[in-house]
Amino acid sequence: MFKHEWLETNIGLLTVATMLAISIGGLVEIAPLFFIKGTVEKVDGVRPYTPLELRGRDIYQREGCYLCHSQMIRPFRDEALRYGHYSLAAESQYDHPFQWGSKRTGPDLARVGKKYSNEWMVQHLVAPRSLVPQSVMPNFPWLLTNQLDYSDIQDRMKALRLTGVPYSLNKAEYDANVKKFGAATAKMLDITHAKQNLIAQAQENNYDGDRSGISEMDALVAYLQVLGTMVDFSKYDDDAFVKYR
Amino acid sequence: MSMQKQQEPQTTGHVWDGDLQEYNNPLPNWWLIGFYLTVIFAIGYWFLYPAWPIAGTYTKGFATITYTNDKGVTKTVHWNSRALLMEETNAAVAKQKPYYDKIGSMTPEQIARDPDMNSFVISAGKSLFSNNCAACHQQGGVGKMGFAPNLTDDDWLYGGHFDQIQQTITLGRHGYMPPFKGVLNDQQMTELADYVLSFTKVPVNPESAKAGDALFHSETAACYYCHGANAKGRTVIGSANLTDNIWLWANVPAAKTVADKEDAIKHVITNGLHKGVMPTWGGRLSPDQIKLLTVYVHDLGGGQ
Repeated sequence: MFKHEWLETNIGLLTVATMLAISIGGLVEIAPLFFIKGTVEKVDGVRPYTPLELRGRDIYQREGCYLCHSQMIRPFRDEALRYGHYSLAAESQYDHPFQWGSKRTGPDLARVGKKYSNEWMVQHLVAPRSLVPQSVMPNFPWLLTNQLDYSDIQDRMKALRLTGVPYSLNKAEYDANVKKFGAATAKMLDITHAKQNLIAQAQENNYDGDRSGISEMDALVAYLQVLGTMVDFSKYDDDAFVKYR
Repeated sequence: MSMQKQQEPQTTGHVWDGDLQEYNNPLPNWWLIGFYLTVIFAIGYWFLYPAWPIAGTYTKGFATITYTNDKGVTKTVHWNSRALLMEETNAAVAKQKPYYDKIGSMTPEQIARDPDMNSFVISAGKSLFSNNCAACHQQGGVGKMGFAPNLTDDDWLYGGHFDQIQQTITLGRHGYMPPFKGVLNDQQMTELADYVLSFTKVPVNPESAKAGDALFHSETAACYYCHGANAKGRTVIGSANLTDNIWLWANVPAAKTVADKEDAIKHVITNGLHKGVMPTWGGRLSPDQIKLLTVYVHDLGGGQ
């Protein structure tokens, strides 16, 4: 007969048994989502980040923005009124790790893209209280002066490619991207041209208002300005995503 | 002896270090009953709400939600939070419908004149404005020097009539002035600054201001082309009225001396402007919300 004493006197057995017991919760709640059709909604427009946006996301993580800002609009009326359409699982399908967050000291950022001008973003990141007097957000002035290090951008994209993000390394993958995202986007997802693409996007849009180089601000603002803008919800009925739940 | 043994609580049977034992106390009844109740509750929950995964789908539960979508199609679906949002939104929209129906059918002028509608505009407009506009134009629309214009005065870059405000909100704006660095020399810029300051009773050198006047209307600087021959600006392109002592980009009011005021203006002339970007709200807000905001902004004090 099974005796509790075996577990309590054998640390190896106890560790294995504890892990088995707590993994049941995870298996029951998480694993089925990988098999249930409709977990990730079918929706047009969602694409992986461009090289510049990707570096912006890295800076977002480095500065710990996710500690105070969530990127997950829940399907509640007050959130819909303030932030816009609730977030879709499909919209973070290329985020590794996802930036849903669990703490809102600041507002949710899932749809902050294009809500404010680039100038606003720059000014607000450098000195938040100059625009929002009651803000408790720290100043991030170094983003303007730090030049963006993009020497390893290709490695970063390759790493994400291993997790399933469709950045292309060869002709076959590139062609698949053209089919899936269109030629213009497929070009931006091509790892072999990542550096040129990053420089071109930064120069064309000049997010930080300073043409003399590519700052970390350029990358972060490029990232913030694309958040939540990939799906054109005007193409869908307002209940189009109910059927996935 | 046997009596005594029964009264002694049982132990789990483990012995550590020769004499350490653990009592095996039964759970209190109130706790145990509570636990069984949660089990019964859980079974009820499984029947009502989405619960158990089965292969590529899951049990949907018997609870339903009925809502109407924006195409007017009424649907009944199994309970889920997205449908619940539709139901709650339907209820809220139904409450606001009389007002929004009116907003849809009325012009901004009519809304502003209707006292009942105006109170709706003030309460609904305030939350829309705080959420979307106040980040740049600040609470109450007082604006921000060097960043976003004051909406409470009667100076309007792109015009303060209802249709102009509505267009500005719907399509957004992008301010632009070319840099004159290399086109004009320092003295010419000082003369232009003096000309502009002369409108506002700043004691500048009249000779210099006169030279600036000539330069302003010459083909060398060609300021009149955008700012108009009377320097009052042109709302069609959003060029500033330079005569009203209301400043956005050159912080003249903060400058103490005449030379500092000149410098503030010369800085703008030298570098030009490629900012003053107002985002496009057409895709983010509904036409009725924009109309409501139009009336709200017009009501802030400066509407024409």
